[in-house]
Amino acid sequence: MTNTDWQVIVVGGGNAGLCAAIEAAEQGKRVLLLESAPKEYRGGNSRHTRNFRCMHNAPLAKLTDSYLEDEYLQDLLAVTKGKTDPELARMTIQRSEDCLPWMEAHGVRFQPSLTGTLSLSRTNAFFLGGGKALVNAYYQTLEKLGVTVQYNATVQHLHLSESSHRVESIDVEIAGVTTRLNGKCFVLASGGFQSDLDWLARAWGPAAKNFLVRGTAYNRGVVLKNMIEQGATTVGDPTQCHAVAIDGRAPQFDGGIVTRLDCVPFSVVLNKHGERFYDEGEDVWPKRYAIWGRLVAAQPDQVAYSIIDNQAMTLFMPSVYPPVSANSLEELAEKLGLPVEKTISTIEHYNQACQDGQFHSTTLDGLSTRGVHPAKSNWARPLSKPPFHGYMLKPGVTFTYLGLKVDGSAKVQNAHGNFANVWAAGEIMAGSILGQGYLAGFGMTIGTVFGRIAGREAAKHVN
Amino acid sequence: MSIDNTGEARRQLGICNACRYCEGFCSVFPSLQQLRQFSNADITQLANLCHNCRACHYSCQYAAPHEFKVNIPVALADVRVDSWKRLARPRVVASAFQRHGVLIAALLVITLMLFISLLGGQSPETGSGFYQYLSHTTMVLIFTPAFLLPLVLIADAVRRYWREVGGEAISTSHLRGAFNQAASLKNLSGGQGQGCNFEKQDHYSNARRYWHQATVAGFLLCFASTSTATLLHYLWNLPAPYPWYSLPKLLGVPGGILLTLGCSALAVLKLKADRTLGATGVWGAEMAFVLLLGLTGLTGLVLYAITGTSWVSTALALHLACVFSLFLLLPYSKMVHGFFRLTALIRHEQTRTTDDG
Ligand SMILES: Cc1cc2nc3c(=O)[nH]c(=O)nc-3n(C[C@H](O)[C@H](O)[C@H](O)COP(=O)(O)OP(=O)(O)OC[C@H]3O[C@@H](n4cnc5c(N)ncnc54)[C@H](O)[C@@H]3O)c2cc1C
Ligand code: SF4
Ligand code: SF4
Repeated sequence: MTNTDWQVIVVGGGNAGLCAAIEAAEQGKRVLLLESAPKEYRGGNSRHTRNFRCMHNAPLAKLTDSYLEDEYLQDLLAVTKGKTDPELARMTIQRSEDCLPWMEAHGVRFQPSLTGTLSLSRTNAFFLGGGKALVNAYYQTLEKLGVTVQYNATVQHLHLSESSHRVESIDVEIAGVTTRLNGKCFVLASGGFQSDLDWLARAWGPAAKNFLVRGTAYNRGVVLKNMIEQGATTVGDPTQCHAVAIDGRAPQFDGGIVTRLDCVPFSVVLNKHGERFYDEGEDVWPKRYAIWGRLVAAQPDQVAYSIIDNQAMTLFMPSVYPPVSANSLEELAEKLGLPVEKTISTIEHYNQACQDGQFHSTTLDGLSTRGVHPAKSNWARPLSKPPFHGYMLKPGVTFTYLGLKVDGSAKVQNAHGNFANVWAAGEIMAGSILGQGYLAGFGMTIGTVFGRIAGREAAKHVN
Repeated sequence: MSIDNTGEARRQLGICNACRYCEGFCSVFPSLQQLRQFSNADITQLANLCHNCRACHYSCQYAAPHEFKVNIPVALADVRVDSWKRLARPRVVASAFQRHGVLIAALLVITLMLFISLLGGQSPETGSGFYQYLSHTTMVLIFTPAFLLPLVLIADAVRRYWREVGGEAISTSHLRGAFNQAASLKNLSGGQGQGCNFEKQDHYSNARRYWHQATVAGFLLCFASTSTATLLHYLWNLPAPYPWYSLPKLLGVPGGILLTLGCSALAVLKLKADRTLGATGVWGAEMAFVLLLGLTGLTGLVLYAITGTSWVSTALALHLACVFSLFLLLPYSKMVHGFFRLTALIRHEQTRTTDDG
């Protein structure tokens, strides 16, 4: 990597970094993009995404009907419970609308909402081929624009000027060799820190060592940490992460969407001692799936077992691993490594607490248990139709909330205001807007909106 | 049936069914998503529906080096070629020619020698045009069985396929849907007309789609030319040679040009494309077949161009050898994909619940 006088250096080659690099290059700037992963794994968590949430006043591309600013904001406030910067949030939402045509103009293609996701067809625009196709399209655009892309390049340190007011150069490690690169402007788009399990364990507690990471192995928060150590202002709860319950057999990293399990509401969930610990049928799954990561994380060894009988087998989206199956509950408990007696007695108790009534898989059917704790409020049918099936659940981390605080021009903040030539976009600053919870498709919206702003602002600063 | 290839496809299709990101590319995904478990017959049908456009591979978040090692174009291509070998009779012949381009070349050489000796043995005064070199009766005696037998064999293989995948009574709407998809090569369009990912990696391109259409059009025109010539011969007692403004020539010349150009382009695209993304171990045989098809068109054109020169005998032998080999290989070469593909598309029309056409 030669030390050309780069005008804009973008750190991280996921959605946010790519959008920033495109905007800066389109302003005619000499841009370098540094991506920690090898080419095959480029694109970070963005390569696992499927859609982005987009405001629109009338049907737009594949999006039906309309999705107005206020409704969008209400949806966001409902999940963040107030942990958001309303001004930044409103701006992000407003700008999401013209992101869609911009994305199309840069090679992204959209498809109708995927089978089984009809509920999102109005709010979320789905990428044809998913996030990796989007990432490919943006890298092609960079190639056309003449942006230099360096893979296997991990930024380790940012060198501040004496006044600590601006970044002058960065240390980047490429294939074991560290090089110092000078640049005029820096856009930080290197994601959260969830792939550094040690950090996660320090933040969350030792239990985090048993968490799986749903996305890339390369988001280790190196740049985030380095900037915080050098005085950047943070936002978002440093101890929290977004985690869902996924198949316990998923790989440590990069399992992505296929490891999710949607069977919980139709099942009985036991911990490793064969005990139930939460109302499996509290609400429809899309509203509950995000709390189950946390619930499982609180159980011994951070594992749980979701058990269904054969009549539930076709009620949820297929997942990547076949279940463990057996013709009797005893046999299933044995196969899953659960204490047999306790498991049987828990399930028998549950079965006896089930009431007669109309079962309805797609609505809150009110079919609830009576006299068992915890209760199951909906879809409570006895486990009675063999074969029985079981899935091991583990917490799967999507992202962390801790981030760099930015203003509306994506500039990174510090105690004195901001750094003169450093912008941030994507997951690394998402905590500014998404301080808690998650709204499907909002991660890509934040990344696209702020990536574009950061790229343009950086280009402006060069002039 | 190769359990390995089918089992591997089953594993990968299960991952796709949990993912579904590629739903918009082609008919394979909506079709697989209707299923929860994949029988061997389901997998055979999906494999023959797949056009090897490769879009789903370049977009796949689980492609190697990811430990899931998803590679749908290869998994389905392997099952597809297996199914052609398994359903053809005799299987050994299919198996040999589907795998070895050398055998295709050898067959061409042998038939060429056969025709050279045949042409040499005829007395040139007894007919006019080509029939100076090879009497019409001999030609009919050789080509009628060489034409009919392969068609019977293909019909037999396709019937077996139809039974295996549980095909039902065919309606005109099924046929209309299938032929529309085949003619437009919808499954090479990337779902939105942007094309496939054959020769330009993750960039889309319509080159393969359009050149394939040219090739098919060329082949059909040549076929129509030969058919009209046969009709002229028998019904109107008008034997060859035909003038340039006759139907056989008006169909045959553009047909030959399209076929030659189409096959050349497809061969070039095949050279540019990633060889590891097709069926394992059949690249050479596929290439040999494309070249044979193109050579058939080219030799036909040459034959017309050199009418009246002393080269006719040689060129005729070569052209006839190409046509003869091509027909003999219909059930045992890449050519058979057309018949299975069309059948798979008809079956897809019978089962699809969404409007992916
Ligand atoms: C399984 C899964 C599914 C998701 N689905 C959706 C969805 O459908 N819609 C949605 O909106 N959001 C979704 N999200 C969230 C979404 O992925 C993120 O919000 C978004 O991708 C963030 O983009 P980014 O560019 O900030 O980060 P990333 O895409 O993660 O990119 C960060 C990049 O920085 C690189 N990097 C890290 N450290 C360094 C360093 N020190 N030096 C150089 N490079 C570095 C990494 O290699 C990586 O490529 C999903 C997340 C997961 C895990
Ligand atoms: S090919 Fe890959 S990205 Fe496409 S549906 Fe299958 S698993 Fe998903
Ligand atoms: S036709 Fe293309 S997108 Fe469809 S399965 Fe085959 S290679 Fe994949």
